[in-house]
Amino acid sequence: MAMASAKPEPAQKAMEGGEQEAAADEMEKKLHKYSRGKAANLGALRDKKLRGQLAAREKLYGHSAKAAALADTWLLPTGLGYLEPEDDLEKTYRYKQESVVKEVDLLSSRKPFDMILPLLGPYTLGYTGNGRYMVVGGRKGHIAMMDMLNLELIKEFQVRETVRDVAFLHNEQLYAVAQKKYPYIYNRHGTEIHCLKEHGKSLKLQFLEKHFLLASINSFGQLHYQDVSTGEMVANYRTGLGRTDVMRVNPYNAVISLGHAGGKVTMWKPTSVKPLVTMLCHSGPVTAVAFDRGGHLMATSGVDRKIKIWDLRKYEVINSFAARAQSLDFSQKGLLACSNGSQVEIFRDAGSQDYKIYMQHRMVKGYQIGKVLFRPYEDILGIGHSMGLSSILVPGSGEPNFDTFVDNPIETSKQRREKEVQSLLNKLQPETIMLNPNMIATVRPSRKKEKKTKKEIEEEMEDAVEAAKNAEFKKKTKGRSKASKRAKKREEEVLKAKRPFLEQYKENEGRPDKKQRVGEEIKLPKALQRFAKSRQ
Amino acid sequence: MRVKVISRSTDEFTRERSQDLQKVFRNYDPALRTQEKAVEYTRALNAAKLEKIFARPFIGAMDGHVDAVSCMAKNPNYLKAIFSGSMDGDIRLWDIAARKTVCQFPGHQGAVRGLATSTDGDLLVSCGVDCTVRLWKVPMLKMVNTNDAIGDASQPSAVYTWKHAFWGVDHQWDGNLFATVGAQVDIWDQNRSEPINSFEWGKDTVLSVRFNPGEPDVLITSASDRSISLYDLRMSSPARKLIMKTRCNSICWNPREPMNFTAANEDTNCYSFDARKLDEAKVVHKGHVSAVMDIDYSPTGREFVTGSYDRTVRIFQYNGDHSREIYHTKRMQRVFCVKYTYDGTYLVSGSDDTNLRLWKSKASEQLGVLLPRERRKQEYLDAVKERYKHLPEVKRIVRHRHLPKPIYKAANLRRTMIEAENRKEERRRAHSAPGSMPEQPFRKRRIIKEVE
Repeated sequence: MAMASAKPEPAQKAMEGGEQEAAADEMEKKLHKYSRGKAANLGALRDKKLRGQLAAREKLYGHSAKAAALADTWLLPTGLGYLEPEDDLEKTYRYKQESVVKEVDLLSSRKPFDMILPLLGPYTLGYTGNGRYMVVGGRKGHIAMMDMLNLELIKEFQVRETVRDVAFLHNEQLYAVAQKKYPYIYNRHGTEIHCLKEHGKSLKLQFLEKHFLLASINSFGQLHYQDVSTGEMVANYRTGLGRTDVMRVNPYNAVISLGHAGGKVTMWKPTSVKPLVTMLCHSGPVTAVAFDRGGHLMATSGVDRKIKIWDLRKYEVINSFAARAQSLDFSQKGLLACSNGSQVEIFRDAGSQDYKIYMQHRMVKGYQIGKVLFRPYEDILGIGHSMGLSSILVPGSGEPNFDTFVDNPIETSKQRREKEVQSLLNKLQPETIMLNPNMIATVRPSRKKEKKTKKEIEEEMEDAVEAAKNAEFKKKTKGRSKASKRAKKREEEVLKAKRPFLEQYKENEGRPDKKQRVGEEIKLPKALQRFAKSRQ
Repeated sequence: MRVKVISRSTDEFTRERSQDLQKVFRNYDPALRTQEKAVEYTRALNAAKLEKIFARPFIGAMDGHVDAVSCMAKNPNYLKAIFSGSMDGDIRLWDIAARKTVCQFPGHQGAVRGLATSTDGDLLVSCGVDCTVRLWKVPMLKMVNTNDAIGDASQPSAVYTWKHAFWGVDHQWDGNLFATVGAQVDIWDQNRSEPINSFEWGKDTVLSVRFNPGEPDVLITSASDRSISLYDLRMSSPARKLIMKTRCNSICWNPREPMNFTAANEDTNCYSFDARKLDEAKVVHKGHVSAVMDIDYSPTGREFVTGSYDRTVRIFQYNGDHSREIYHTKRMQRVFCVKYTYDGTYLVSGSDDTNLRLWKSKASEQLGVLLPRERRKQEYLDAVKERYKHLPEVKRIVRHRHLPKPIYKAANLRRTMIEAENRKEERRRAHSAPGSMPEQPFRKRRIIKEVE
């Protein structure tokens, strides 16, 4: 008995130890997340007083990161959604939507829907930042706004002209609709508030929440930024790359990306006439662009039947797979939804940025999906297609825990009003849009190039000369490999190797060229002197 | 297959009854807050602007004297009481909260030059050019019920006549002694009619005196022979003396670092010294454009206030070389005396225009009790302002002060003069033998010598 009772103890202890280690690892990861980058290198500082002050501040940052990590561990009310196979034979992408709906709780099982609206489609849609409200626009003029929490229709009306895109402004009180000739702004009761004639015939709308900027791209390839709080047109740029309706804002830095017919993706900010970045992404027209919330991942799809995932820090493809997609969207937790015809595929990062298929959903055959959009703070994917609207459950796509002061899906009208005031107070100026938003308040590195010293240049030159001397030549026929020819060739090679270093010398010394300038040093013959420029 | 999706029942996330507070959920994930730095910067900028908008430092003037206010004393026993003495011999006790005179102390024939209270707050010592020292019992009861303000007169509990006119007085901390200065330094006991000790070092008039808050027997004086002298009552003769190029009008010890003191100099600067090391000033506080007349430290020792002949009151950090704040009004004339109140939130200045003026020490601070939420918000805004204070836009707004035209012009003129002087010095140095004109830091330049 004693033996038996003693036996499981070490195993249990080992397990406890393992758990503790795992918990410590988890904590480490969270600390890393909340400490927002590395601590400053204080050892390099010579000023003692400053070092002391900065050390105290770093300590404070450490404390706050730890407090946030602890709050993350213990205080978050909702857990992340998941879809996990119980054995190796089960595959998540074979799991049908009907089975998901059967498995989940009653409340969630009511969320997916199929709305068949065959007359005025195809439909596009948009969500508010907190994911509570949805606005949909049918191509033939049907606009509707819905409260998705209570599944209530708030307002629906017809504008009786083409509707190309819809987008909410800072909250559900206002939304913009790109119509046949101009974009319009409506309020939640469907009253037309503004007609934005300056934008022209816009094809796509995007709203930059923190800057209160409404961006649109029109049929002439002109990008407009309009401040909706003051009404001022902040910028109007011609892209010069033709008509496009592929536009997406990068939530990380509020830079707008356009996908063009030439396969290029350009990134824009309101304060520069030229694009910040131009990338050649596809060998045919770009059909869709999407950004991850972290800002470092971009997904593009093209007519060339490729979906590519890019690392925006290096501007390199990290993943490319052969698939068509008319619409792309990243969820808050990094799932990538692609629509192709009547089929939706959802990809997931299976570790080390290797995107593998996670879920599949097939609509009724013949439905053409126009737009897929993940609903923020919910495990739901909204689909706008030629026959209406649908939404499906995608476990693990949304951020489970909201912050009342950032986006509150169940906010009251009073909270909404307060948030509106706050966000107007904290409205960012268009100048704050830049590729790296963390650049603000950092010191610009000095531009001066480090010049090589004379000695270093000499050493390098010697190495290069040595290499040139030892270079092997191809054996040639017809007397072209004679010793004298070879020697001559070698000499030429040595001179060739020397040349760049001699130029560097010159730069270093700042010596003027040997060529003398007219009128400076050469004494011209008297007859020619009157043609020389007089020095003043 | 194991399946779970996010499911929030509305009941869990909303309040149960309308009387309840709204439920608040936090998620500190940095990914939810994009462009954090831009937002913080905007907040800092807005905070700086709001601070400027709310900067209303002047609270009110207290009138009653009929001649210039020459000296003031605070009462450690009662926060809202302040004594002031004027050039016509009038002494008044003021209630700062009601901004009224509580009572008057008549008796002096000429200007009152010095006022001091004992640490227990019961005794007021005054002295003046009529060669008398008067001791008064402070009528504290009147402070408590001030409804019947504009006060009746008090009688001095003692009047001592002495040989020379007095220029200043200070009372010992936690003791019975007080020191008067004039032609010489006299140490008095509260209970004796004649000085118990007298010091003399040079023949010139001594202008001000302050006892050290840490060492009760140490005192410091400044004299019109441009000297600052340290005395120790346990010794028979003065301890040390420092001679500067211009005289100091007033001196104040730092109450939290009692080895340090700051002297208000005639040459528009204030000099902070370590009393143990007088050969160079620790900090030179520049900013005034005319002689600095009086100085007083905040009870925290982090800041001090100065009043100047240029009609401004300035607040300096204890280690800051330029003023943090400049206060002025159209009607305020030459400032002769300034005091920080004992809670560090108000300043009182007395000036040539016979008024005492009450100021806030932090110009945009909200008075009264703050809710914890408001306080936290304020702390947050202060922190972001501190963090982004180096950025040009924020810096410009935080630094900007409106100055009356004469002061602004005088400051420009002074700057030009100083630059010219420096240029000349540089040229002289360039044209003299190397090493014959060693460069001296400004901290040492205004000091002539130190005498033991």
